[in-house]
Amino acid sequence: MKTFAALYRALDSSTSNRAKLDAMQAYLRAAAPEDAAWAVYFLAGGKPRQLVPTRTLRELTREVADLPEWLFDECYHAVGDLAETISLLLPDTDAAVERSLAVWMSDELLPLRGQPPDIIRERLLRQWRELAPDERLPYLKLMTGSLRVGVSKLQVTQALAAVADVDAKEVAQRLMGYTQISARPSAADYAALISPLATGGLLRDARGGQPYPFFLAHPFNAPLAHFDALLGAPNDWQIEWKWDGIRAQLVRRDDGVWIWTRGEELATERFPELEAMGQSLPAGTVLDGEILVWIASGSANQVTANKDTANNEVAHNGATMLDATSALNAADRSLAGDAALAVLEGVQPFAALQKRISRKTLGPKILREQPVVMMAYDVLEADGIDVRNESQQRRRERLEALVAAHPHPALHLSPLVRGDDWIALARTREAARRMGTEGFMLKRRDATYGVGRTKAEGLWWKWKIDPLSVDAALIYAQRGHGRRATLYSDYTFAVWSGPPDDAGRTLVPFAKAYSGLTDDEMRQVDGIVRKTIRESFGPVRSVEPTMVFELGFEGIARSPRHKSGIAVRFPRILRWRTDKPVAEADTLDTLLTLLPEANT
Amino acid sequence: MKYSGDLVVAHPSGLYCPPGNFFIDPWRPVDRAVITHGHGDHARRGHGAYLAHVQSARVLRTRLGADIDLQTLAYGETVMLNGVRVSLHPAGHVLGSAQVRIEYGGQVWVASGDYKLQHDGTCTPFEPVRCDVFITESTFALPIYRWPTQHELFADINAWWSRNAEAGQTSVLFAYAFGKAQRLLHGVDASIGPIICHGAVEPLNEAYRAEGITLPPTLRVTDAAVTKDTLKRALIVAPPSAAGSLWMRRFGDYRDGFASGWMQVRGSRRRRGVDRGFVVSDHADWPGLQAAITASGAERIIVTHGSVPVMVRWLNEHGWNGQSFSTEYGDEEGVDAAAAEADLADQKQDNTNASDAIVPQDALDDNASTSADGERQ
Repeated sequence: MKTFAALYRALDSSTSNRAKLDAMQAYLRAAAPEDAAWAVYFLAGGKPRQLVPTRTLRELTREVADLPEWLFDECYHAVGDLAETISLLLPDTDAAVERSLAVWMSDELLPLRGQPPDIIRERLLRQWRELAPDERLPYLKLMTGSLRVGVSKLQVTQALAAVADVDAKEVAQRLMGYTQISARPSAADYAALISPLATGGLLRDARGGQPYPFFLAHPFNAPLAHFDALLGAPNDWQIEWKWDGIRAQLVRRDDGVWIWTRGEELATERFPELEAMGQSLPAGTVLDGEILVWIASGSANQVTANKDTANNEVAHNGATMLDATSALNAADRSLAGDAALAVLEGVQPFAALQKRISRKTLGPKILREQPVVMMAYDVLEADGIDVRNESQQRRRERLEALVAAHPHPALHLSPLVRGDDWIALARTREAARRMGTEGFMLKRRDATYGVGRTKAEGLWWKWKIDPLSVDAALIYAQRGHGRRATLYSDYTFAVWSGPPDDAGRTLVPFAKAYSGLTDDEMRQVDGIVRKTIRESFGPVRSVEPTMVFELGFEGIARSPRHKSGIAVRFPRILRWRTDKPVAEADTLDTLLTLLPEANT
Repeated sequence: MKYSGDLVVAHPSGLYCPPGNFFIDPWRPVDRAVITHGHGDHARRGHGAYLAHVQSARVLRTRLGADIDLQTLAYGETVMLNGVRVSLHPAGHVLGSAQVRIEYGGQVWVASGDYKLQHDGTCTPFEPVRCDVFITESTFALPIYRWPTQHELFADINAWWSRNAEAGQTSVLFAYAFGKAQRLLHGVDASIGPIICHGAVEPLNEAYRAEGITLPPTLRVTDAAVTKDTLKRALIVAPPSAAGSLWMRRFGDYRDGFASGWMQVRGSRRRRGVDRGFVVSDHADWPGLQAAITASGAERIIVTHGSVPVMVRWLNEHGWNGQSFSTEYGDEEGVDAAAAEADLADQKQDNTNASDAIVPQDALDDNASTSADGERQ
């Protein structure tokens, strides 16, 4: 653990990319393979299932540090991270025992899971005595979850590639699934990560249900006037709606089906209808797409829509081939009843998917009420062959043929959007929010499928719609976590219950947000919060409302669970309206006009 | 004669002693001010008369004006103010920092100003003073704050500096100009390489040297002896506001560290965006606060600036009578605006290359007031 702790410290105490890569390479070269196996697992974001209830960690820390609960909580709020709080509170020890990272994992940490409380207590107390001060924080990080020490998976991949002298893309492929929650990486697994390339320089055969690294898109925010110069003609691009679901790969090989989320977690059992759909596909197929909750407006309609989807470009009524003109007309008319858009009608808000994935067990009711589909938009493997180096256009042809040959109610083909020019497309895009999407994806027709977020391979852009926004008053503040710890940086925002002439109007909280301010602004807001605190509710401080912020969010829905009756998705601070007095913050009515049903 | 009232009360202008008719570290202009130390949030302009420790004199006169009406005392020396017995005792915070002991009508009160218990070699160490009521700061009143020993701290800093010097990279250490900077200079291993101080720091080094505190030789960037090669092994000591300024550009690809008690928490360091955070403070840590409070023998403790509610609650749960005063003293973080001004002053100096530099007006505003102390009761 000593060397791993030193690596942790080196990574933590540098803001330089180069220094971090050097530190990781030096560690990997010197470490025993079984230790390196775990180090890679944690650095790449792996996180074992909870070993010890956090309540137990808190109680035991309070006991050894002799602290009342309230004082522990104050410490936690000042630090913003449980592992770090505990590491700062444990008493000094002189009984440190050196164990390697792998031994810590296999003999000490992993066996804690599921033990009765008195055994856990006795073992933790001993372990804490046996940790050197520098080892406390990494040890507790391993125990409480992810390591998060400021290295990205890409950097880990690069370090491994350098150590193995193998192409980083190959390493990324080998790393797929390495960090899944139940993994127990061994020396052999590490050896496989860094083994020399097989002859011929080909990617080695994907094993079992292993997915491919996801290709990620970059945000595209240029002004419309620059589109032609930056992108060329729309004809060079495959344009699709940007779906707001869970990005996933469906792997169909041998006799099995595996569903991997973008976070590289295996999620097959969460989506039995997709597993069944996968079984209907030929072995040696890997699809990339979006998992969505999908309820067709009429059951008969659903069948038609699916058939249309499958037939796509050859479809008689062109249901999935929207051209900008017809979509524009659709936007102008009521959406309901427009045949051209019927195919998109079944998509449910992300909240529905959230409901579905938050369930521990999937009963027949939830499967009936929140059915999912895969909106397929790419094929990465066909007939057992990796086709990622083919052009986007060629892969699309394969995908269409595949979906046409194997129609299934849970398999949808992501429809293409057409437009004569970017201006027409921009107008079509305005319908995105009403269609339950986030905007458009622009994929170059000649692009290959890359690895991660890189522009080198081909180009995928996400051209998102502007967020919804309102001006809201800051009414509660709480100290933040991580790099915002010690500052009042997590805020609750409110809008007025009535118009300015309503004497009895109050501020109604509707969203919490913590991102969007610069460090400097955050410090200023912190100063004002400290001066205007009214009351404390645990870690939350109510403040005199004096500050107005423009809040952006991606979606808005009714929610009986919230005081305001609405819930917003991805709220964040767009800017600080220092020019606006609190009396000019927006009202609940303004917010309600943003609800999708208010616009149809 | 017995006096049953409080010897110090919270007044809109500052901590006030009614029988003595004087203030301690007032934040608004008053007739008579007793000053615990020269940091900007404790020593302000515009008072009729000042009383401070003799080692604060130079810093106060430079900062507040050579013509201020200043009376100085040695530690332990007594003066009578309207029949109230006043003496100053070492607080161990920075050069000339003092606790104020007030005796009247059978009561003894001590106002600590800012203090720390660690002896750092650059100022007279803290001495506990027995009293009935102890007024304490609470900047770092949370159990997570436990300072490393002086030995561990400097081993860490020296190792960092050596490693950078061997790699040919300049080491930049950000620390407040008055107190922290001199403590670091005093403790580092000057054999590792040359030491260069920012213009806001250097005048304070002179103030310390004038009081007989040993500091290693320091250079200014404008000195002829400073070449590209010297910079490669050099340690630069600069105020936090210098970070990201034009002044920093000359150091090329440097490594930086920030010296502050807040560096104990990772989030604070990451927010600074520096490579290293060194945990070093001129305030007491949690065990230090407890030790000082216990050693005062006082039963009634009045808590000022910092984690006031935490300290008060903890005291009341442990048998003390804990109360609080709301003050306008800052903490270690409330420094940047003032230091930025110091930085400007410094750039002017660099241009003129004045040899007998005047202390920039705000170079001493180490703890310049920004906000009222954190939380209220």
